Amino acid sequence: MADPFLVLTDICKTYPGVQALDHVALEARPGEIIGLIGENGAGKSTLMKILGGVVQPTSGHIVLDGQDHANLSVQQSMEAGIAFVHQELNLFDNLDVAGNVFIGREPLMGGPLRLVDRKKMATLVQPYLDMLGAEFGPGTMVEELPIAARQILEIAKALSQNARLLILDEPTSSLTMAETDRLLGVIRQLKARGVCVIFVTHRLNELTVCADRIVALRDGKPAGRLAQDEISPPAMIRLMIGRDLKALYTPPSISLGAPVLELRGVTTAEWPTEKVDMTLHAGEIVGLAGLIGAGRTELARTVFGIDRALAGEVLVQGVALPPGSPQLAIAAGVFLVPEDRKKSGLLLDLSIAENIALVDMKGHASGGLVQAGRIHDTALRMKGEMDIRAHDVDVLGGTLSGGNQQKVVLAKWLSLAPKVLICDEPTRGIDVGAKQDIYAMLRRLADSGIAILMISSDMEEVIGVSDRVAVMHEGRINGILGRDDLSEQSVMQLAVSREHKEQAA
Amino acid sequence: MTKKDIGLLLLILVVGAAVALKNPLFLSAINLGNTANLIGLFGIVAIGQAIVIITGGIELSVGSVIALLGVFFVDFLVNHHMPWPAAVLLMMAFGALIGLLHGLMITKLGLQPFIVTLCGLLIYRGVARFYTADAAAGFGFGLSFPWLEQLTIGRIGGVPVSFIAMLIIAALMWVVLHRSVFGRYLQAVGKNEEAARYSGIPTQKVIVAAYVICGVLTSISAIFFAMYTKSISPSSHGNFYELYAIAASVLGGFSLRGGEGSIVGVVLGAVLLQVLQNLVNLLGIPSSLNFAVTGSVILIGVLADTQFNAYRERRRRTAQ
Repeated sequence: MADPFLVLTDICKTYPGVQALDHVALEARPGEIIGLIGENGAGKSTLMKILGGVVQPTSGHIVLDGQDHANLSVQQSMEAGIAFVHQELNLFDNLDVAGNVFIGREPLMGGPLRLVDRKKMATLVQPYLDMLGAEFGPGTMVEELPIAARQILEIAKALSQNARLLILDEPTSSLTMAETDRLLGVIRQLKARGVCVIFVTHRLNELTVCADRIVALRDGKPAGRLAQDEISPPAMIRLMIGRDLKALYTPPSISLGAPVLELRGVTTAEWPTEKVDMTLHAGEIVGLAGLIGAGRTELARTVFGIDRALAGEVLVQGVALPPGSPQLAIAAGVFLVPEDRKKSGLLLDLSIAENIALVDMKGHASGGLVQAGRIHDTALRMKGEMDIRAHDVDVLGGTLSGGNQQKVVLAKWLSLAPKVLICDEPTRGIDVGAKQDIYAMLRRLADSGIAILMISSDMEEVIGVSDRVAVMHEGRINGILGRDDLSEQSVMQLAVSREHKEQAA
Repeated sequence: MTKKDIGLLLLILVVGAAVALKNPLFLSAINLGNTANLIGLFGIVAIGQAIVIITGGIELSVGSVIALLGVFFVDFLVNHHMPWPAAVLLMMAFGALIGLLHGLMITKLGLQPFIVTLCGLLIYRGVARFYTADAAAGFGFGLSFPWLEQLTIGRIGGVPVSFIAMLIIAALMWVVLHRSVFGRYLQAVGKNEEAARYSGIPTQKVIVAAYVICGVLTSISAIFFAMYTKSISPSSHGNFYELYAIAASVLGGFSLRGGEGSIVGVVLGAVLLQVLQNLVNLLGIPSSLNFAVTGSVILIGVLADTQFNAYRERRRRTAQ
């Protein structure tokens, strides 16, 4: 094994009242893939920020190419070839691919006008795109690229800066399986070129197939390491949470109820030539699987009334829902937990209490005037019921962890009386512990007689949580699988093929 | 009162005290009365503007609307002998209609508020000038409307009616913005329209309603302004008033990005602007410097506010 070019030892970082990192060690060798795991708040981001020079450790040593540093500056980190691909991509939509790669260091034509040499920029970028097998050129506008392609672009940008250490922070959380496979291929290629990759993810299967070793953190402390032959999801979960997870699937405890939500020939604006028929019964969790772009989110938005259906009808307990009105959908008991938590799910500048009460302001008012006391009471009750971890309900939504934010979004709806709950990627970017809480909550809700439609691109989740799985492909339901037929293969097959396979469930 | 409001109040007291020391006339009954009247007139427009700004929008046409409705009002009273209560109601209906049109264009047609209301600024000014053939509209000799005059330019116990009207409107809008369900919706829409929509808030209706409120308040102030000036020259009446209204809102802590601000703040903002006007007059500063003084004080105020916030943020970070 090659010698490490970067060694971190005894890294501690103390914030007032919090020991964020406690004697953590990490070393990076050329051409290795390190899986860094831990629940949210375990100290992963703090450690990564220290590598990036953004945060200075309280104590510890950083040895970079044989030189001892007490801390790194951002400049030193960049010069040493440490590059990041963040979960929230930092790209300029309004520039093309080459422009993004060279942002801030554009090649110039010379002369006093400092004009950008676009031709040279394109020629310089092309080799990186070729290497990564990108299906787009240097002149493609970034706004036209899907998320997966943007991630490739971020990696190309890092490589163009001669990255030796590439840190990927949950790069696959918005990718489909096929796209994830591509990305894992790219990572292996980087490894072959001698780049060290630190891979932070909550999708443990990915680490099983690609990581050389695992470093786990728990509560800021080193929680253990796994060599390549020891890597398995149960082993990783044990390191992260210090206990074994019980098998995901809990069967419903009540028998299937009457149909609650019926879609009859629903056509979305996204797929104007396709029709969707589907029935959800009280007490069941139906998974909605498919590739990104298959039309699942659009379907959810249409049922909820954010978008207007082009044709077809939505029936709630046999009564047709007027199209295009979220207010009426809510009045009928159909709720949506949207895909983008921070953009559409909650208002980050409002408190937990205000977020929860926002959907039912009228229920918290008398004579049109808001009763702050009533809002506070509801929020306290929901905070307890949902186990939202915050010291008070006045805490702003934006300061909560992803898992707690999602619990607030759920709490908004559960404070009313849902009949149908549509969850779009309910656990994206949420740590393992909170994921389990949310799964348990969904099951509890289903058992109380609510019909749940769960859109998810996480295969473990789709298979582990759903009672039935509907698979979408290019705007229509390509098939519905009952629990007995559920497997990664059967779901994938329906997700990628045009062939229509209806299996009774 | 928020910390910002208190800061603004202190600024007003300091400026007021400085002016009073230099020129005791500042505290004379006549001067205070006149200033209060102007605060009332501009305060009403500014409150309307603030309601639009909190949704993340802007209403640039209020100055032109004041001219247009002023011209209409005088013309209907003087030349068409319309009973004044009917004329008042008609003007308010016009104001509501203008707000409705703006709101619908912004929500249903997806146009940007800046553009819609900028075009409004040009159109209403043009129509006002055309309507009177660029002549001033005024009350002729011998015409008098004692009731109307008492209700617009009169005084109650020495306090101008316009100022009292502004206080009543402010109190009403304070309840609307800070205590009512609709106020919560306004703030939620201003903070994050998409999340508000996903929470089942009728965001388009809320935005349209904000422009309608602004239109109605502008029409009320248009009547006060018309009665105050008595003669309206359509090419200059109300010029730049939209900017005064925006300035008062910004001074009062309203963010142009939406979602933030208090009614107390915008009223204090309107007070500060008029005290500054007064300062220019009373301290013998050349009146050509009027705008420059106002602009500088707003700039310094906003600068001090952001610098103070940045300082507090830094201290909070280092304390962690």
